[in-house]
Amino acid sequence: MGEPGNPATTANSRSWSRRRVLGGFGAAASMAAAVTVIPLSQIPVASRPESIKEASATTTNRQWGMVIDMRLCDGCNQCQVDCQKTHYLAKDQEWIKVFTLVDDQGLKSFMPRLCMMCENAPCLKVCPTGATFKNPEGIILVDQSKCIGCRMCMVACPYEARYFNYKKPPTPPAPYPNPMPEFPVPQQQGTVGKCILCAHYTEKGQLPACVAGCSMNALFIADLNSDVMANGSGAIFQVSKYLRDSDAYRYKEELNTSPRVWYIAGHGQNLDF
Amino acid sequence: MTIALKSPFPTQAEIREAAVKPILQGGWKWWGLFAVLTAIIAAGVAAYGYQVMKGLSVTGLDQRVSWGFYISNLIFFMGISYGAAIASAVMRLTSVPWRHGLTRMLETIGLAAALSGALFPVLDLGRPDRAWYLIRYGQIGSPVVWDVIVVTNYLVAVLLFLYLPLIPDMAFCRDQLGQKVGRIRRILYRGLAVGWGGRPNQRRVLGQSITVMSILIIPVAAAVPSVLAWLFAVTVRPGWDSTIFAPYFVLAAIFSGVAALVVVLALVRKAYHLESVITEQHFKMLGYGLIALGAAYLYFMVAEYVTEGYKMGESGTQLELVLTGRLAWLFWTFVIGGIILPILAIALPFTRNILGITIAAFAMVLGMYAKRFLIVVPGLAESILPAGKLTIYHPSWVEITITVAAAAAIPWFLMVFFRLFPVISIYEDGTAEAAASGEGE
Repeated sequence: MGEPGNPATTANSRSWSRRRVLGGFGAAASMAAAVTVIPLSQIPVASRPESIKEASATTTNRQWGMVIDMRLCDGCNQCQVDCQKTHYLAKDQEWIKVFTLVDDQGLKSFMPRLCMMCENAPCLKVCPTGATFKNPEGIILVDQSKCIGCRMCMVACPYEARYFNYKKPPTPPAPYPNPMPEFPVPQQQGTVGKCILCAHYTEKGQLPACVAGCSMNALFIADLNSDVMANGSGAIFQVSKYLRDSDAYRYKEELNTSPRVWYIAGHGQNLDF
Repeated sequence: MTIALKSPFPTQAEIREAAVKPILQGGWKWWGLFAVLTAIIAAGVAAYGYQVMKGLSVTGLDQRVSWGFYISNLIFFMGISYGAAIASAVMRLTSVPWRHGLTRMLETIGLAAALSGALFPVLDLGRPDRAWYLIRYGQIGSPVVWDVIVVTNYLVAVLLFLYLPLIPDMAFCRDQLGQKVGRIRRILYRGLAVGWGGRPNQRRVLGQSITVMSILIIPVAAAVPSVLAWLFAVTVRPGWDSTIFAPYFVLAAIFSGVAALVVVLALVRKAYHLESVITEQHFKMLGYGLIALGAAYLYFMVAEYVTEGYKMGESGTQLELVLTGRLAWLFWTFVIGGIILPILAIALPFTRNILGITIAAFAMVLGMYAKRFLIVVPGLAESILPAGKLTIYHPSWVEITITVAAAAAIPWFLMVFFRLFPVISIYEDGTAEAAASGEGE
């Protein structure tokens, strides 16, 4: 898995954000469990995907998710810039995209949208070749060597989070002879790509590019198994407590896709998009 | 005094002459049209070659509208195909007396349009070289795979459906045409006649087989528009998220299939001077059918839009786009020019003639193409995210060229087919002589 000899993952000592922040998750989890009275089992059922309960009972896997605090997001779009740089994406491949919401009072807030990593993913169900799959850590990935480019997943995704490579993708400076779902670089023309929650970073305990690049620290990568999340500053929070204290919600909850991305609304605006 | 009523239906001799007329009548007109259509198809092949080289970036598709002309074409051409096949089957099963001149043509349209339509899922792929992955890695939970299954199944069925009543006609050609045709066609007829001699047991087996195929083709064909409808209806996109879609698509298919038949019928009649065999009566009967089908389609459409539009939920914006927005011109052109005016043209006595009905049917065919576009594209054009933007899709010249070529391939196929095979079923000519002599059904 991953690209051990990959320039993208090794030549990153430039940034504090690439510290092995997530490596401490196990320790942080046990610590959190010791100091807090809110164990995982008390996360409201509605916001707790079924498979996590099972997974946490039997394994010590990571189960990745994302928390997006829109109170902090200033819409600078750095997350998208860093994402596209990390994965050598063309401009139209907006794996993470920041939407500007304007409420009734004219107040603006910003909503970064990435792949929701749905528990019950519509894109996965409709894929005719099984090119789309879910890895053991709950990340929906695309095996671009199996994708035939029918784009059924694009029309099925309720979050418009999938992107087709119409043009030949940019060539990365260093050759990547063996693209894989966890690090699909370069993208293949004629196939579909999407946010991979930087599976190539998280498996090494590093932050996803968007999380690391967010200067407002509005994005949090969360391990739902150990109930711990971290943002770009490296600060650690307990997921369940943070979600409950801030009235987090999941986008299009009513579709029963069970996303693993939680939002915290900016200014108490109407959530019924 | 006795008045000799001229039967609207032709005699056996007339039919036999008419049926093989296209086989024997070639000439420069045939070759001229053949050359023109071949050139159009070649242009389409070249355009596709360009698309393979450059990728789907040569289309007008983008990240928002990722299905366009190719998917509309798939629905449209397959629709004409199974519409024609189902119409033929229903006419056989209900023993419609005036079906005899039409069934062969319907079944041939069924095959030609299916071959054209079945290309489009592959033309639409980003990686057509991997089309066979649909079989190698096929996931049965995917509507795309259902599509592959029902379309393949249907192609086999429509081929059989066309071939079975053709067997005795092949024997007729083998025995009667003799030296009038070349050696290759003689071999072809002998081979395809599979030893038909008109013996009673052969007649019985064939008759039963045709009946069984006529019954089977209905669900097999209806499965295709249904599954195509589910490509859309299994998603949550406003405008597609509908339970009515499968029957809606089936009805649309039959409507456009019968309309296409009328157009082909008029062209064949004119080109081969089959006025004695294909009469105004045929056109009137099919015209009445088109009125009923068009009205039923209108009803389905209203039922769909009223329930969606009343709630004005997410589908409200999508509906606005179609009814009053940027695509309204196309929608209202379809409703008025593609359904209401053609229905009136057929219903009113002074336009209810062959020319009027043919023009009306042609307008209906074009209208149904527009409607397919209006189902596929607006469902994607309107973003389903907050503050997402509307995207208007314009097909590129590559998509238009390929579409025109696929449409030209249908008359091309019919021309070639009727050069080789009788345009009217001789075995099932439905004449009194045939019934008396024990021929026919």
